[in-house]
Amino acid sequence: MKLVDVVRFTNAEILYGEELIGAIDVEYAYGSDLMSDVLAFARPGSLLLTGLTNVQIMRTAQMLDIPAVVFVRGKRPQDAAIALASQVKIPVILSRLSMFETCGILYREGLLPCSIPDREV
Amino acid sequence: MGPQPYVERYVVQGGVFDAIGEASTQLKSVLKMLGIPSDITRRATVVAYEAEMNLVIHAGGGEITASVFPDRLELFVRDEGPGIPDIPLAMKEGYSTATDEIREMGFGAGMGLPNMKRNSDSLDVRSEVGKGTSLFAVIRFPSDPVQQPVKEG
Ligand SMILES: Nc1ncnc2c1ncn2[C@@H]1O[C@H](COP(=O)(O)OP(=O)(O)OP(=O)(O)O)[C@@H](O)[C@H]1O
Ligand SMILES: [Mg+2]
Repeated sequence: MKLVDVVRFTNAEILYGEELIGAIDVEYAYGSDLMSDVLAFARPGSLLLTGLTNVQIMRTAQMLDIPAVVFVRGKRPQDAAIALASQVKIPVILSRLSMFETCGILYREGLLPCSIPDREV
Repeated sequence: MGPQPYVERYVVQGGVFDAIGEASTQLKSVLKMLGIPSDITRRATVVAYEAEMNLVIHAGGGEITASVFPDRLELFVRDEGPGIPDIPLAMKEGYSTATDEIREMGFGAGMGLPNMKRNSDSLDVRSEVGKGTSLFAVIRFPSDPVQQPVKEG
């Protein structure tokens, strides 16, 4: 799915990276508010959706080569997060919809989930 | 013995949450610069990042030493924090002593140590309560035939 379509389907706002998003395509997505969960399960190249707003979410995205981050339910990322995003050139998208609704729409439109391996025990 | 490794050392401050990831970001760019394959770089970065988080959150800071050998990366992480009383328990997915305040920042899923284990070829954790913790992770590079006589390394 083109990132521009992610923005369109969720009626979202681009906070950073207007000029970058045209070239980005995503196939998978992962939604979480836990950094280590993202580090464990987000596959390379997947879109990250989160309700967190701090700078760590952009750091995590950068570590994993996440192509773009969607902040949900209208929670604006902190200035430091946007500053880091622009430094590392990762587009930042703001969806006013809840995590559930944002994910639901993107799932319906064809974005794929990252698979979670069965837990031991 | 083999050749001398390329060594990078990072000092990590305790409790400075906004800085979490600075050391790992630097390591990531060093590995990229050294031409380490991207999947290996990614695994190494995840291990370093989880270690860095733990240093900041649980240990009051510490140190990460990365040694790049021709066939592997070694990460040595040490701190003089409170230590881990039960290492097998700490290694379990979901086990965390992080406070709610820490969880609100997105840490404390109890996934860090299991993540480190999954992303390294070997992980050795040692700890003494009241003295500190040390971690030794090895990430091997794939033996790449094109790197042999055909092409300059
Ligand atoms: N360097 C350390 N010093 C003291 N205790 C530690 C250290 N590293 C880990 N621990 C203990 O082991 C537990 C599990 O660590 P782990 O990294 O797996 O999860 P976490 O840090 O709690 O959460 P997450 O990594 O998902 O953010 C921690 O909650 C903490 O009690
Ligand atoms: Mg941790």
